[in-house]
Amino acid sequence: MFTLLNVAQPDTLEAAYNILKEKRSNAVLGGCAYLRLGSQTIHTGVDLSKLGLRYSKDYGSYIEIGAMTSLRDVETNAALNNYADGLLPKAVANIIGVQFRNVVTVGASVFMRYGFSDFLTALLALDTEVELIKGGRMTLAAFLDTPRSKDILTKIIINKTKGHAAYQALRNSASDYPLLTVAASQLDGEWKIAVGARPIRARLAVQAAAQLRDGDNDRTAEVMEQAVQTAVGELSFGDNRRASAAYRQAVAQTLIKRAIAEVVACK
Amino acid sequence: MKYVGQALPKTDAIAISTGKPVYTEDLAPANALVIKILRSPHAFARIKSIDTTKARNSKGVECILTHKDVPKVRFTLAGQSYPEPSPYDRLILDPIVRYVGDEVAIIAATSEQAANAAMKLIKVSYEVFEPVLDFEQAIDHASVIHPEDDLFCNFDTGLAKERNICSSHTLAVGDVEQELKNCDIVVEETYYTQAQAPAMMETFRAFTYLDHTDRLVVVTSTQVPFHIKRQVARALELPATSVRVIKPRIGGGFGGKQTGSGEVFAGLVTLKTGKPAMFIYSRTETFSCTTSRHAMRLKVRLGADKDGFIRALDIENLSDTGAYGEHGSTTFSVCGDKTLPLYNKTRAVRYHGHAVYTNKTPAGALRGYGATQGTFALESTVNKLAIRLNMDPAELRLKNIIKEGETALAYHGNVLGSSTLERCIQKGRELIGWQDKYPCQELPSGKIRAVGMAVTMQGSGIAGIDTSSAAIRLNEDGHYVLLIGSTDMGTGSDTMLAQVAAEVLDTPPEKIIVHAADTDVSPYDPGSYASSTAYVTGMAVLQAAEDLKNQIIAQGAKVLAVAPEQIEFDGQELTAFNGSKAISLKTLAESLVVGTDKCQLVGNATYGSPISPPPFIAGFAEVEVDPETGKFELIDYVAVVDCGTILNANLVKIQVEGGIAQGIGLAMYEEVRYDERGRLQTNNFMQYKIPCRKDVGRITVAFEESYEPTGPFGAKSIGEAVINTPSPAIAHAVYNAVGVSITCLPITPEKVFMGMKPQARPE
Amino acid sequence: MQITVIINHRQVTLDVQPNDFLVDTLRQQGLYSVRRGCDTSCCGLCTIWLNGKPTLSCATLSFRAHGKHITTIEGLRHEAEGFAHFMAAEGAEQCGYCSPGFILTVLAMKRELVNPTEADIIHYLTGNMCRCTGYQGQLRAIKKYLGVTAV
Repeated sequence: MFTLLNVAQPDTLEAAYNILKEKRSNAVLGGCAYLRLGSQTIHTGVDLSKLGLRYSKDYGSYIEIGAMTSLRDVETNAALNNYADGLLPKAVANIIGVQFRNVVTVGASVFMRYGFSDFLTALLALDTEVELIKGGRMTLAAFLDTPRSKDILTKIIINKTKGHAAYQALRNSASDYPLLTVAASQLDGEWKIAVGARPIRARLAVQAAAQLRDGDNDRTAEVMEQAVQTAVGELSFGDNRRASAAYRQAVAQTLIKRAIAEVVACK
Repeated sequence: MKYVGQALPKTDAIAISTGKPVYTEDLAPANALVIKILRSPHAFARIKSIDTTKARNSKGVECILTHKDVPKVRFTLAGQSYPEPSPYDRLILDPIVRYVGDEVAIIAATSEQAANAAMKLIKVSYEVFEPVLDFEQAIDHASVIHPEDDLFCNFDTGLAKERNICSSHTLAVGDVEQELKNCDIVVEETYYTQAQAPAMMETFRAFTYLDHTDRLVVVTSTQVPFHIKRQVARALELPATSVRVIKPRIGGGFGGKQTGSGEVFAGLVTLKTGKPAMFIYSRTETFSCTTSRHAMRLKVRLGADKDGFIRALDIENLSDTGAYGEHGSTTFSVCGDKTLPLYNKTRAVRYHGHAVYTNKTPAGALRGYGATQGTFALESTVNKLAIRLNMDPAELRLKNIIKEGETALAYHGNVLGSSTLERCIQKGRELIGWQDKYPCQELPSGKIRAVGMAVTMQGSGIAGIDTSSAAIRLNEDGHYVLLIGSTDMGTGSDTMLAQVAAEVLDTPPEKIIVHAADTDVSPYDPGSYASSTAYVTGMAVLQAAEDLKNQIIAQGAKVLAVAPEQIEFDGQELTAFNGSKAISLKTLAESLVVGTDKCQLVGNATYGSPISPPPFIAGFAEVEVDPETGKFELIDYVAVVDCGTILNANLVKIQVEGGIAQGIGLAMYEEVRYDERGRLQTNNFMQYKIPCRKDVGRITVAFEESYEPTGPFGAKSIGEAVINTPSPAIAHAVYNAVGVSITCLPITPEKVFMGMKPQARPE
Repeated sequence: MQITVIINHRQVTLDVQPNDFLVDTLRQQGLYSVRRGCDTSCCGLCTIWLNGKPTLSCATLSFRAHGKHITTIEGLRHEAEGFAHFMAAEGAEQCGYCSPGFILTVLAMKRELVNPTEADIIHYLTGNMCRCTGYQGQLRAIKKYLGVTAV
């Protein structure tokens, strides 16, 4: 159980960031569902509740989701259900339960880069950007490659590039962490294949995506199969309590193949 | 029958479902001291020194106890009839700690924060020993887990502590080696079952206080109040009369609460401080530090002739009882007792092996109690035999199962008094669609559907040992009070027993107040375990009600000045001579209790059965396997049950559905993992996955009632058998789908996928 | 920290520590229907409504409830008992320990979903664990309940 000594509820983003920087043990309070599992001591928790970050707005060419939006909000959001075959709602729908998803926030799910995150996998397959107070605005992929540092994620931006997407995940018990997650999309001709819970966090299979794009006119089973093999070749898979690397790799081939096929079938 | 069999709602239904504060934690005094336990980080160690000075002086601390401060009488935490067949291998606090989580110090403080803060100030220095973490290496391991001189067992159950053997057992009839040689087919296989956790929703907790006569009162979430009373008295060196144990509403047990947890700690704190005290174990503590199912390795050798008769059966068991031996020898023997008799065309049978100590979370009682593990092993082997014989597995069962009126080699000379297992198998086949679906069909999607089956038996109470008493009193207003000691842990047994009494007394159950599970008030009952409440307590209630009825009739006869044989009693009125003489029960009761007749009536009975008639279940599973991932869905599960007469139609159905869900967990989801230092990794609901709603799918339950002459209104039992069939039935279905035989539970997608032959696996 | 919350339609001002979770704060207020079942936000027993949404009280820091409506089953007694009778008719409340959190989630579902299918119901309630019943009796009760109260 973590220890929280003080709480600050700043009125501005700048104030929030300053408090966060003040002490090494200061931290942002997200949903707290995962925070409470740890045993860290937080001197001052920065609560973002007063910053108006719980929202989801459809601006036509993009959707903006504030960091304090819950995953349940994502699941039920009309604009997100209507975009990219409802990829994001589908991705989060199987996480534990409704009352859990009402607690977990978008900001924490992205910022903490959890390996098991269905949400992160799906986001990576879309044209997603993030905005941070210090780091500014960048693509999600770039953010994930940036080393961790003290910062506050304020919103994610989903550019509504036209296209289709599909989500696949394997769990043993339906309420368990996934053994593997896959999201595939073809947006404006560009393919994206994201694979997560490897057990490490989601990553794009860039070479595989390029192969699909180049072979797009053929779109034969052969091209798809080649892309699948490339994808598992360029990504790494590891052992953890839930599955072995060998199994993950085998399952990845199946899930990637299925996700690609689902996207292709949408057109 | 008017009341028995009806789907009456539970008497406490509305109260407990809408959150009335009737559970242990809700009833605790507001000023109860908070107890926390300092636990060993090592799997096997000796406490070299322990310094509590700083902790004792810490704010809010009232009491800190180490092994130096507590009574040193060895006892067992097992809830069993005295003399218990479990070794007395526990001390309240022991200088030797035997698993990660074993208790090192008891801290009592005015708040949880104060107790936790004080715990951090306790300095312990350990001499760490090499732990025994692999139960297959336990026997004659260099580390002796229980070297103490004062360890003893009430019976000779084969305890050999220097060898880490908790118990040894052999049951043999005939020459099994010779018979196996004579068989046309011999199937051999080794199976592993895991240490399933009960995972009841309410964790362990109890509070204690001294009452107005200085007696120690223990209010606890337990299945065994009388056993807890005896345990607490022994451990704290108190006369039995000084202890009272009360069980309020509790949130599930499943056998986990058939073993004591922290009642002795709380009692000791109350004795030392004079103040009420309470402990509440967290979920993590409940997983790591209370008992789980015995993990077992079962080597089965089954011999049959080419006509399909099973002629020889040899089962060798190695059972992991963990750091302490609660229920070690009894789960071991039940494993053989409740499997071998199923197939009675055998000419020789043998069941043998050991239960061994390891430095892991102690094992104890859990629904099925050894029969579950044995059923997985035996039924999986019988299913393999069916393949070797090229015979339908259901036909193979029908050919070999014991039938009503028959006996079996390992059946202790008993004759089976009731069974409809044959009809259960036929009905189950029909309900699952066996004819069309066995063994499997490939779907257009590429997925494969298949079916599998298993049968099981259990017992009803412990023959010759479980003894239950009941009392039923006629109140001054013509209502009744039923006093029982059995423990409704959600099963609805309080309601069911009222139905039994109501049937005898021909009165609506609402007129019977049920009072249960207070050792000062209740007649003795072992508690609800071993599937004993309906069969043993139920019969005691029936006989007590009959006793009372006879007394009512005798009193009525006196008042009406007729012979008792001339009285007719319809539950409301006593009449004679076709109604020309009559008195209402209400009037009679008033007169007896507060009026001139001066005789408050109480019906009494004590019952124990020399036999343990088995309930039977035939279980059928339909799965849909995705050969590209090994993941499979449970499409349908059918269970057809013979529990004798159904006492409450709803409650018995829910027992089956709930038990099957737990069996599905054992079969598919509930993995147990330890790390290399002996720490239980699967010690919370995030890591240990009990089935959620989506995992269970559809369960179809049907009944084929038999009539058990020795049971109340023909009833047997339902509590445990229900968990036994899913593991072997599901394993069988998976095999029929993709040819992968899983012999080590749980059956996970990875095991299925990796087990598929490379050429069969779509790459 | 001082917070003002509306618990079951009654406004109260409470003193809480930064570290306090709602499950403990509510129990301290005598709302014993709210209970802990696990340490890892997995079981759903502690479910309450926060501004009408089913939420885990074990994972909600108490100060976050400031200015919000909290509903426990004590605040929905009449409606909860209405559904509880359907459960009782199936024998589907066994030990009852998961029931308050479960019933609150059912009543939230009733408000949130229109004409749910069986799959919708199962999906909505996935976060409510039960070890006793195998979930079948609960589903029977819900289907009958929604069938009767559906307009």
